[in-house]
Amino acid sequence: MPSVEAIVEAEKVEKFYEQPDGRRIEVIAPIDLAIEPNKIIALLGPSGCGKSTLLRILTGLARPSAGEVLWHGNPLDGEQPNVAIVFQSFALFPWLTVIQNVEAPLKAKGIEPDERHNRAMQILDTVGLDGFETAYPKELSGGMKQRVGFARAMVVEPEVLFMDEPFSALDVLTAENLRGELMELWVNKKMPTRSIFIVTHNIDEAILLADRVIVLGRDPARIRADFEVDMVHPRDRKSLRYVELVDYVYKVLTQPKSDLPPPHDIKGVPGPSKYPRLPHARPGGIAGLLEILIDRNGKDDLYQLADELTMEVDDLLPIVEAAELLEFAIVREGDVEITQEGREFAEADILTRKMIFRKAALEHVPLLKQIDTALRRKSDGALPDDFFEDVLDEHFSMDEARRQLDTVILWGRYGEIFDYDADAGRLVLTEMESERDSAGA
Amino acid sequence: MKTSVLTKAIIPERTWSRLTDIVIFGAAIALFYGVVTVARTWLGPITPHAEISRSPSALPSYAAFSLLRIVVAYILSLCFTLVYGYVAAYNKKAERIMIPLLDILQSIPVLSFLPGVMLAMVALFPSRQLGMELGSILLIFTGQVWNMAFSFYSSIKSIPRELHEAARIYRLSWWQRFIQLELPYAAIGLVWNSMMSVAGGWFFLMACEMFVLGDRDFRLPGLGSYLQTAASAGDTGAIVWGLAAMIGIIVFVDQLVWRPVIAWADKFKFEQVESASAPHSLVLDALRRSSAIAFVSRRALDPMSERLALFFVPRGERSAKTRHRSALISWMLRGLGVVVLGVVAYAIVLAGMLLAGLTQPEIFAIVLGAGATFLRVNVALLIGAAWAIPAGVAIGFNPKLARVAQPLAQIAASVPATALFPIVLLVLIRAGGGLGVASVALMLLGTQWYILFNVIAGAMAIPTDLKEAANIYRFGSIDRWRLLILPGIFPYLITGLVTAAGGAWNASIVAEYFHFKAQTLSTVGLGATISQATDTGNFDQLLAATIVMAAMVVTVNRLLWRRLYRLAETRFKLEA
Repeated sequence: MPSVEAIVEAEKVEKFYEQPDGRRIEVIAPIDLAIEPNKIIALLGPSGCGKSTLLRILTGLARPSAGEVLWHGNPLDGEQPNVAIVFQSFALFPWLTVIQNVEAPLKAKGIEPDERHNRAMQILDTVGLDGFETAYPKELSGGMKQRVGFARAMVVEPEVLFMDEPFSALDVLTAENLRGELMELWVNKKMPTRSIFIVTHNIDEAILLADRVIVLGRDPARIRADFEVDMVHPRDRKSLRYVELVDYVYKVLTQPKSDLPPPHDIKGVPGPSKYPRLPHARPGGIAGLLEILIDRNGKDDLYQLADELTMEVDDLLPIVEAAELLEFAIVREGDVEITQEGREFAEADILTRKMIFRKAALEHVPLLKQIDTALRRKSDGALPDDFFEDVLDEHFSMDEARRQLDTVILWGRYGEIFDYDADAGRLVLTEMESERDSAGA
Repeated sequence: MKTSVLTKAIIPERTWSRLTDIVIFGAAIALFYGVVTVARTWLGPITPHAEISRSPSALPSYAAFSLLRIVVAYILSLCFTLVYGYVAAYNKKAERIMIPLLDILQSIPVLSFLPGVMLAMVALFPSRQLGMELGSILLIFTGQVWNMAFSFYSSIKSIPRELHEAARIYRLSWWQRFIQLELPYAAIGLVWNSMMSVAGGWFFLMACEMFVLGDRDFRLPGLGSYLQTAASAGDTGAIVWGLAAMIGIIVFVDQLVWRPVIAWADKFKFEQVESASAPHSLVLDALRRSSAIAFVSRRALDPMSERLALFFVPRGERSAKTRHRSALISWMLRGLGVVVLGVVAYAIVLAGMLLAGLTQPEIFAIVLGAGATFLRVNVALLIGAAWAIPAGVAIGFNPKLARVAQPLAQIAASVPATALFPIVLLVLIRAGGGLGVASVALMLLGTQWYILFNVIAGAMAIPTDLKEAANIYRFGSIDRWRLLILPGIFPYLITGLVTAAGGAWNASIVAEYFHFKAQTLSTVGLGATISQATDTGNFDQLLAATIVMAAMVVTVNRLLWRRLYRLAETRFKLEA
């Protein structure tokens, strides 16, 4: 969406990791994106989808593997634009007082002590921290710490203020309070910045704050939706338009397969993965979700469900995806509905549950099936986990490969397909192990 | 009423701060006098064979000289640490060479550096005392620096990513990042390692101040040479005087320097929530109240730090000129690398030629010695663990006992074992043990404390609810140890054992070979081989024995300790 007055433009920015064998693991597919002035733009997506990486590319902290980031039409080449970031973990220096933390960026600019102090005090006043200037961050609550984070970001008067999940580390009430104060400053034009770019996995937060919402999909990250929120501030969560938009985003996020962008032709990029990504959910969590669905006559709206469980979509989605993968549930139009198998699974006792789970998992999870087959081919029914991690490494980033393996081990153990000896790092067929035990006894 | 309460509170505080000011002025004058005296001595003509007096009246000046050597060596170590750690942490290519190199250097005993360092320094300043002094200081330095460098490096490596990003996004200059991020983050590790290093300096003081190198006899006036002279003369009175002086200085430095520094460094703890108990120091409180310090800080230190910060602020955009300059620097660095590589290759060739001159009996002696010392180190570790684990657990589980025992143990630990050697030797030899047994006792003296302190810390860190669970389920004492105590203290125990093992290897060079009452006592061992080779100037044997010792230490570290460490970090980590 190139526009004349955009502050930042990303042109075909992408990120991939080159494997030793020349294969590429794509983390971010080529993305075009622009940040215009006087707007709050939210980048929304499930966790681990690459949105934080994208933020770091836009700020110049990280370099894209290909493509270019332009600031006012000039390439971002080693030069640093005037930006600030509010971090999820606050990233305050714990050995500096509140005011020293806020003064640090001014000191870096070579501003004299007196002016530095005045400007910092003024900003602290704006965010409601006057009286706390000589406190150390560890003496403050989470909300107060993030206020220091905001003050430090605002004191440099950044052209674009970037925020990386700024409210995720706070409890619900504190986060809501801070969001409100942030919007008040923004609406009253008290924020010394031209635009705000906020990365979040919270749908409600995005719709509540942003003028424009960009929804990212994952594997690799790509833009799934990009729309304006045509509502004035402060927004009414109960209004029809608000609920409509939230529902729309839910639909986009729960239907990862539809509406794929056209495939691009970079050589070496693997085709559709042999191993669909396993959602990181626990079998116990899946059972819990199904039980709740039974209580609600087998069907419920995802958004409502998340809201009533006071869960973030990010925590709920993997569980829903897992239930869907095992064909215990189906998702349609933002509703999740239990299937016959799901009902049987949820209503069974613990041992029967394990048997149903085992059957469904071997049938629908290719990776589990493959591990089972591989272990059966070995006479001792055991293989090192490194072996499977290596296989997964070809399809996922290093961290993700390990997480995939961890999840599959969790599932395999639950379904009593195989056991895992963490000390030796070996997967062992469950039957084999019990045989060996009985032989030993 | 109100006013009288107020004045009561204020008056003693004022007097106290006055008093502190007077003490500070006095200290400044004494320091100035000391600098002048030292400069006169060091720049004076060389006296390689100084006569070491055994009179107690010589002790104050000897003690001052020794303290100064340790301080200068420490400052050198700190500078080296900051540069080495910084470069290794940020330069990936350099890191691959520098960190294994550090591992090897750490395992080389002090005495093995002696000939090279001493001859080079004396050659550099042939006619001045300065050469010998620098040589001695550099020797102390080689005993202090490696663990500090490693601590600083690993601190920098573990700075959380978002803090780094904050520093970059707010464009902190190189200097500001160093002062406000890297140094504070590394501070606590650096302080504890500094304490250990300085303690190590005292440990090897005797070896570093007086030694024979082939046909040359070096003696520097100092506490170490005083003790050594007293020991070789068998003068028990002088030994006691020297010991008292050394313990006095150590306690003094501990109270006046380390306690305040630890209390001060507590603010650099990387924590998001305030911890319940923070270390305190009366001296630090006094300094904080002192108006003289406040004046100096306001008038000199603050403006100076402002100036420095301003100086490093990058002006304007990065121009083509600076880019050109950085290209030039990188070429120069590459050239330097080639030169270093050449020198190293040449040194390896020379070393190879030197080693080729080894005779068969010499090689046999080294192998036999390596085996003997290996045995001794492990026996010392076993004995140390055998008493320190139960004692440490008992102290750690009992807060009342801990309050009494911990300070006592700390004083006992700060007494350098080398200083006690003569006394231990006297007792053991009289009992008929001989140096073979005595050297184990000496290693034990120096290293058991590491095990004890770590076990205490580990026992204290075991969560109360786990202990309660053990009580509720009525664990027998075997199960208690097997399921609760040993797994709980495991990570700490490993840290203690690793440090103790390193210390024991290093101590072997002073424990296995000893000048005593005009005769030389020695036993079969790698440490004895190294000491003897230094004494007789037998460089090929010195080199071979050093290589063997370093290789053994590094191998055991890789094969055993590092694996146990990993196990401790994964399986036996108690997470909050």
